[in-house]
Amino acid sequence: MATDLRPGRKGRRPAPPDGPPAARRTWRARLARLDVKGAPYAFISPFYLVFLIFGAFPLVYTLWVSLHDWGLASGEREWVGLDNYEYLLTDGDFWHATVNTLGIFALSTIPQLIIAMFLASQLNRTMRAPTLFRIGMVAPLITSTAAVAIVFAQLFDHDYGFVNWGLDLIGIGPIDWQVSRGWSWAAIATMVNWRWTGYNTLIFLAAMQAIPKDLYEAAAIDGASRIRQFWQITVPLLRPTIIFTVIISTIGGLQLFTEPVLFSVDTPNKMDGGALHQFQTITMYMFDNAFGDDRYGYGATVAWALFLMIIVFSLLNFLFIRRTGGAK
Amino acid sequence: MRATMRRGLSTAVAALLVGGLAVACGGDDGDDSGSGTIELTVDVFGEFGYDQLYKQYEASHPNIKIKQRKVSTLDDYKPRLQQWIATGSGAGDVVGIEEGLLPTYMQQSGKFVNLFDHGGKELEKNFLPWKWQMGVTPDGKQLVGLGTDIGPLGMCYRKDLFKAAGLPTERDEVSKLWPTWDAFLSTGQKFQQKQPKTKWLDGPTALLRATVLQGAGSGPGYSYFDKSNNLVFETNPSVKQAFDTVLKFEQAKLTADMSIFTPPWQTALKRDTFATLPCPSWMLGGIEEFSGEHGKGKWDVATVPGGSGYWGGSWLAVPKQTKHPKEAAELAKFLSSPQGQIGAFKDKNTFPSSPQAAQDPAVAEAKSPYFNDAPTGKIFSDMAAQVKPVHLGPKNEDVRQAVENVLIAVGQGKVKPEEAWSKAVEEAEKAAR
Repeated sequence: MATDLRPGRKGRRPAPPDGPPAARRTWRARLARLDVKGAPYAFISPFYLVFLIFGAFPLVYTLWVSLHDWGLASGEREWVGLDNYEYLLTDGDFWHATVNTLGIFALSTIPQLIIAMFLASQLNRTMRAPTLFRIGMVAPLITSTAAVAIVFAQLFDHDYGFVNWGLDLIGIGPIDWQVSRGWSWAAIATMVNWRWTGYNTLIFLAAMQAIPKDLYEAAAIDGASRIRQFWQITVPLLRPTIIFTVIISTIGGLQLFTEPVLFSVDTPNKMDGGALHQFQTITMYMFDNAFGDDRYGYGATVAWALFLMIIVFSLLNFLFIRRTGGAK
Repeated sequence: MRATMRRGLSTAVAALLVGGLAVACGGDDGDDSGSGTIELTVDVFGEFGYDQLYKQYEASHPNIKIKQRKVSTLDDYKPRLQQWIATGSGAGDVVGIEEGLLPTYMQQSGKFVNLFDHGGKELEKNFLPWKWQMGVTPDGKQLVGLGTDIGPLGMCYRKDLFKAAGLPTERDEVSKLWPTWDAFLSTGQKFQQKQPKTKWLDGPTALLRATVLQGAGSGPGYSYFDKSNNLVFETNPSVKQAFDTVLKFEQAKLTADMSIFTPPWQTALKRDTFATLPCPSWMLGGIEEFSGEHGKGKWDVATVPGGSGYWGGSWLAVPKQTKHPKEAAELAKFLSSPQGQIGAFKDKNTFPSSPQAAQDPAVAEAKSPYFNDAPTGKIFSDMAAQVKPVHLGPKNEDVRQAVENVLIAVGQGKVKPEEAWSKAVEEAEKAAR
């Protein structure tokens, strides 16, 4: 049994009150007790207060909005119950956007984490100027997303883009990056990968450095190859970190917004994600409904659907990663 | 005692919160009211041509400083304005409202200052009757917006490219080439044979907007929505006709498949990507800005095929959230006055909605040096005289975007031309939901 180091209740409890001085003692004792018991809550309260204002309130408010036929510009506001949710379930455009989002998510997260893991294991070896290379990894992260997206949109331009020029040199015809559904996903995923791979690399690297060296030494003495060491020691010990990066990537991936918006140069409305919505993500669809098409209520419904979707996907990913890790 | 303490605690928390909010709200109270100067913000999109007018106004009103915020495309401006008006903060003291957005805001005129309270009544004679009427609420009690410009249509063309293709280059002869859109199409085909590297038109979107409004003006007086705001996209013959016209140009591969004011369109203006562009008067400012040195002296303006028509035009309104309604109303009155409209026309060719301004020699006899000294004043005045107003529904812009997307997809080869109409009907219905 663990020793209880907290001040005992019994020891501190004052004598039963009998008269004014005792009452004052009680008051002070109570204050002291409040100090001990309440202080931790007081110290963490700023986070919860901020969360309450900027996290919980908008969440509930959005739910409230989503139950209305609500237009910001027209000023319309009518209670419609679950009608918006009913429409959402059969809304082809919403599911189209969902497929786009998941497609871009798969094309970005999976290669990204694999490359990051590889880079981290390389950076973990003895090398010259390690700090330089490690800092270099976060360089894309500190570039503004908008700048990245604008540059990449130009690289992937159909007529004057660098990528098509390069493809032309090796004899492959120009690819219509904006128009084709699959290619537009690939182009957007490239932007995301370029930006976030370094971040994940550093997280993996930090976790790898926490693995005791003697594990590897022992394995090496037993004759395990580097590859075997990686799979049998590094990966299992990195499991919590992998779960963390997967969940963070899931949340980020499902909320993808800036890159596809700025990639959208062909249509007058940037939120359309191409003429046939070929790369419109859920967040773009949400924005377009709420602020473009003056369907604030329906936009809120899409927001809630996205929220639920993120929870479900994070859970699924969590279970999946724990499973695969646990089998080792 | 415990209860008192709890109450004390909650009071403290409440005080803290209120204090925090007060601090947060007090932050933007930046206009130095102490020194007596008032800063007015004007929100516009595209080209309004007000830069000189601001200087003029500041000179005659030393206590006013004017700040302009400009967004280049209307479609980017729309959601911003919507958020400002809905949340009651963020909007400028004077905001530009385009004809497609005005019907939406008319539904909540309460968010705007009634300009009748600021001497708006006397201004009626300054405007074309229909332009004035559109800025007034249906019950006639509130003046929401003062008209700025209207967009009588012309057709801009590249003189140098016409010459290379063996077409006439003088604007009168060019105008004779295309009395109708069919003639415009066949001229385009001739051009395309001689100049395969340059497309005849910029894309389907400008063409659609011009032809839809033209058809509505000469026909029923409405386009996507009838006068009781029911969607009539499928049943309005003038819409179908305009759509089919655009589709013909797409099928003949005569357009560069671009949308106006998008980045590829802006880049294309610096190259010889297309030879003609439907040109409401305000478009001239856009061409001059994006074509720059490359296009100087190469562009000219002829008449538009298919008769009269206009596209675009705006109003100035004062949101109720402004802290200086009186000063903002004065500024809006100045900018929309005949003198203000003349100034804007001189700067960016935005054609006045005020007959007095349109008759002023500064407008009527104006020539545009950038466009080979084209007599823009005369070309657009002639057109403006024939313009008939078109009713636009509150969801007009959403339907327009959706239909334009279908035509862009046709150009990209993703929608078959024969399926385009039914796809457009479907998208229009979703957008008007």
